[in-house]
Parts: sequence; structure tokens; C-alpha cells
Amino acid sequence: MSDLLFVRDHIQPPLPAPHRTSGVVLWLRTNLFSSVPSTIVTILAVLFLYWIIPPLYGFLIGDAVFSDPEGLRGEACRFEGVGACWVMIQGRWNTIIYGFFPNSELWRINLMFVIAIVLLVPMLVPKAPFGRTAALLFFLVFPVVAFILMSGGILGLRQVPTAQWGGLTLTLIISVIGITVSMPLGIFLALGRQSKLPIIKGFCVGFIEVWRAVPLITVLFMASVMFPLFTPQGVTPDTLLRAIIGIVLFESAYMAEVVRGGLQAIPRGQFEASSALGLSKVKTMVFVVLPQALKHVIPGIVNTFIALFKDTSLVTIIGLFELLNTVRSAARDVNWSSPTSDITGYVFAGFMFWIFCFGMSRYSIYMEGRLHTGHKR
Amino acid sequence: MKKHLFSVAVATSVLMAGTSVAQADLLDDVMERGYVQCGVTEGLPGFSNPDDNNEWTGLEVDYCRALAAAIFDDPDAVRYTPLTTAVRFESLSNGNVDVLSRTTTWTMSRDTDLGLSFAGVTYYDGQGFIVRSADGVTSALELDGAAVCIQSGTTTELNATDYFAANGMDASNFLTFASRPETVQAYIEGRCDTYTTDASGIAGDRTKFDVPGDHIILPEIISKEPLGPAVRSGDTRWFNITRWVLNAWLGAEELGVTSANVDEMLESENPEIRRLLGVEGDFGAPIGLSADWAYNIVKQVGNYGESYEANVGPSTPLGLDRGLNALWTNGGLHYPMPIR
Repeated sequence: MSDLLFVRDHIQPPLPAPHRTSGVVLWLRTNLFSSVPSTIVTILAVLFLYWIIPPLYGFLIGDAVFSDPEGLRGEACRFEGVGACWVMIQGRWNTIIYGFFPNSELWRINLMFVIAIVLLVPMLVPKAPFGRTAALLFFLVFPVVAFILMSGGILGLRQVPTAQWGGLTLTLIISVIGITVSMPLGIFLALGRQSKLPIIKGFCVGFIEVWRAVPLITVLFMASVMFPLFTPQGVTPDTLLRAIIGIVLFESAYMAEVVRGGLQAIPRGQFEASSALGLSKVKTMVFVVLPQALKHVIPGIVNTFIALFKDTSLVTIIGLFELLNTVRSAARDVNWSSPTSDITGYVFAGFMFWIFCFGMSRYSIYMEGRLHTGHKR
Repeated sequence: MKKHLFSVAVATSVLMAGTSVAQADLLDDVMERGYVQCGVTEGLPGFSNPDDNNEWTGLEVDYCRALAAAIFDDPDAVRYTPLTTAVRFESLSNGNVDVLSRTTTWTMSRDTDLGLSFAGVTYYDGQGFIVRSADGVTSALELDGAAVCIQSGTTTELNATDYFAANGMDASNFLTFASRPETVQAYIEGRCDTYTTDASGIAGDRTKFDVPGDHIILPEIISKEPLGPAVRSGDTRWFNITRWVLNAWLGAEELGVTSANVDEMLESENPEIRRLLGVEGDFGAPIGLSADWAYNIVKQVGNYGESYEANVGPSTPLGLDRGLNALWTNGGLHYPMPIR
């Protein structure tokens, strides 16, 4: 029996530790230091960050002036090594957001923003209820309400001429109108360009080629300077209205070409299949071709939207005070002048533009994902 | 077809009527409208710039306010239209604005070719030099051989070259830059002893220096930039109003009438003051205004000197001395024409 006994007389040596499959060190090793070139790049990147971050932090936060308890205004930002003069933005906040709107009437703009958000959320979030109702209200009722709120003159609201509109409000007004009007116009132009009727086709091709070939600045100059020469004195349409019409026509030409790109991607079989099903031409377009075509060109459409949003700052040259111009006007005020007031203004305006453009970009990516039906590669 | 012709004819006649009425008398239009449309800059410190409460302020804005005070007895009856340099003359000629008070230099070609008339001069600007006070330079004539930063390809460059040549100074150290900000930056970094452009512009730049008090603008002005309000040619009454509002504004300072003492001055024995304030004679009727139009200007806006001190004078951040803009009685160029 005894030889069947097994008595361990020495401790089994421990096995080597298993290779790590997680953890910081491993991650660093595989991602940042896996090879010599990779290591070099990593080190260079770290050096770059080390070089760029402290001064950026210092300018934007560390040495920046956030409060002005003594009411010194520009003088508060006048010391050795001063960073961004954020108090200037704070002091001019109302102008930057609301333009020259009378202070007692600011609630009207706020109310307009609230209504817009209340309608936009159900419209843009696919899971939210009342999406269709909100969309109808936004496109049909909201423009009227917004116009009454902004312009006044009826219902006991004080009249505010468009010359007093400005700031972020004006930027948003121009871009929202530009986006919502140039989109359908662009679709019609794109469809018209494919038409077999020579007049319609000729008109659309001519329109697109003319507007796309002219710089936006020229369009704005023509709208603001040339146009009133053709009308009698005293009946000149509003400068802002002329600028918006110019922007809408300009952008719709771009939009038309983007949409045309989508239309060309639809295979012939789709048209034939819907004919075979007995769908009329209009129904084929609305229910079969356009939904697919537009889905294909979401990146292009959003590209145009973002370009339009940024192009609104060009209305500065015809004397409208949109976001960028109000910020610049703050920096030009002698009461706010300081060594960094100019750059603070530009950084802030850039940041505001970035927020909106980035928002549009993320939303479009989200929509692309949602509408993904197996075409994507 | 007949119908079409008819509507075209109606439209044309309406247009013609509208045009002829508008051209006949701008004052009636302005009165009916209830405000003056004033073209200003998009923002130039001291001359026209919106403040924290969105109110337009500045020397040239005060001229518009004086105009409104003379017409409506209300300096706020003005709508300001910010205009860029590129659109200012078109905006005036197409009727977007009634008066252009926008740092516009009065030159012959503008006066004769563009169909506009200058009412006078609100500010005598001109090219100046700025130096560091530590350098001890007190006159532009001491800049012999100095490193001068200049924006290239501008009349500024020609003026400076001419000035140096005329005074026998060495201009070999001129440094030229493509843009104004680069020029200013080069001066700040110490690459040159001075830079030159319009004195009012230098004063605006100076407020953004680390320590504005360390720099002085030399008293010599080497070019002529008379800035004044302009109106469309052809409407004599409106032109007269704009011209005499300016003269009354300046004249009030000459006669020592200020917004503070204007009511006491009504009792003054001085016939010039009595005529200015409308106590004696009626100088309002010929230009279609009430007899106390000039009283309203001084009462509501103040005289030229008050506006100068409040907007661009030595006590403001711009810190511009009166210099050429003093009254002729104090060695300056402002010479208001007599009201009688």
C-alpha cells in the first residue's frame, strides 16, 4: 500500500504570471510604445502637448480675467502677462447674444428661443412623441410667431426695426432661414436640372451656374448697394431681407448640386421597379427616389449647412451686426480696450461657431447611423 | 395686352411720383418719418461705437444727435446705419441714409464726382507719429534717421517719405508692412522707433498697448484729412440744415454756451448769443426749423467742445489733444460761420 502513497515533499514552483490582457501598462505598450517609430511619435506628441498646453491654459484660464468687481472694464485686463479678457464678453453679453434689441424687450427673443427648442427637440429626436406635429408647427406657425416676436408692431408689442437685430440671434435667424429655405429650393432645382422639359432644365442649369459662380460677398454687395438703385427712394426693401434672400439663393444653388449627386446614385432599377408597381412619377420621386438620394448625401448636405452657418459672418461687410461683428465691436470700444481684447473676442466668436457647427456635425452622424439600411460599406 | 400696358404705366407713374417727392425735400420726409437716418462707422472708438447699453456714442454720433435735436427737439430721434467703407457712398446716394457722418475725408473728387456735398468739418484728422516717451522725442522733426514702421503701398507711405525729404531728414530706415496690425505689432515689439498713420487711428491703437501712458503722439500732423458729414447734392434746404447745425454746434462753444448754462444764456445781452439761441430774430424759419433749433442742440447734446471732451479728448482713453480741432480763437482750425 505504501508505494501507492503520494506525498509531496517539495513545493511546486509557481508558474510564471500569465500575459496581461488588460491594464494601463499593457495598453501603453501595445498602443504607444509597440515599436521604435511608434515610441518616437509618442514622445514627440507628449513634448508637443507639454509645449502647447501650459500657455493655452494660462491664456484661457490661468491668467485670464473672469471678474471685474471694481468696474474697471478694460483696465481690469491691463497687467503684465494678462490672459483672455473674459470680462469683456461678460460686459457685452447682451449685445453679443441679442444685438441692439431694446433691453426691455429681451424677453421676446428669449421666448422665441424657448419655443424653438420646445419644437426642435421632438422634431429632431426620433423617439420623442409628437414629432410630426412639432415639425408642422415649426415650419408653418413658428416663423410667423418668431417674426411677430422679433419685429413687433402689433399685439401691443413695441416695434423693433431689423437694424436693431443682431448678435447670435441674427446669426441664428439668418442661418435657420437660409437652411430651411435653401434645402427645398435646392431639391427643386436638382430635380429641375434633370427634367426633360428644355425650359425648366435651362432655367435650373442657368440659375445654378450663375449663383454658384459668383462669390457670396458679391451677392451681398449687390443686394445691399445695387438693388436699391433700381427702386425709387423711400421704398427700399429691408437690408436684412435683401441679405437673407441673397444668401438663400446662393446656398440653394450649392444644395441643388449636392442633391443631384444623390439622385445620380439611385440605380435605374429603382425607377423601373416603382413604375412596375404603378407609382406615378411624383410618387416615385417622393417615396422611392428622394428618401434614398437624400440619405446618401447627408454628409454633403450638412457640409453645406455648416458652410452656410459660417458664411453668415460675411453679412458684416454690409453693416449688419451678427455674432462676429458684435464681438469685434466690443473689442473696439475704448472702454474695453486692453492688450488682449481683440484676441479674446476672436477666440470667443470662434468657440461659439464651433459649438453650433460641431452640434450639426454630430447630429448628422447620428442620423446617418439611424437611417443606415445596409448600404454602408 | 392693354391691361398690361395700363399697369406698367401706373407703376411707372407711381415710381416717378415717389422719386420726385423724395427728391423735392428731404426735410419733409424726415419730419414725416420722425427720425433722421444717420450713416456711421461699424465701430471706431471715439467717433462712432455702440457702448455697453447698445447706445451709439462718439463725436460723429453727437453730430447726428445735434441734427435730430435741431429738427425734433429729441437727440434720440436718430436711427444709425453702420456702413462699411465700401458701401458708404452708395448708401447715401440710394437714400438708405439722410446724412453720412462716418469719418469721411472731404476731397474735391468726392465733392464733385460722387453727387454729394460736405456740410463742413467735424474733425481735422491727419497723419501723425507715435513714439515711446522714454525716447525723449518731442517733435517729428527730431525723427532724422529713425526706424519708421509704415503700411506699404498707402498714401501714408508717400506722405511720410515726402515729409522726411522736405525737412532734409534721413528716410533710409523705413520699414514697410503689408497690413496695419502687422505695422502696429512691429512697433510694439520694438522693431521701430515710431509708426505713422492717421492720428485718430494711432490713438485708437494706443489704447490696446500694455501701458498706453508710455507712448506719446507727436504734435506734428503731416497730412490733411478733414472729416465731415456729407449729404446728397441737390437738396439745398437739407444741405443748409446740416451745414448750420454744425456751425451752431461749434458756435455755441465759441460763445461759451454749454448744456449747463444755456438756460441762463437766454437772458444774455450779447446779440450773437441771443441770435444763436433764437431770442432775437428767427433763423429757424429759413431752414424749416423752429426758432429755438440751436438752443435745442446745446440743451440736449451740448456744444462741440463738450462732445470733444467726452469722446476723444485728453480725459478719455483716446487722449487726443484739441490741436487743430481747437477753435480758431485758441489756435485751431474750427471757425464757425456767424449766425446773423
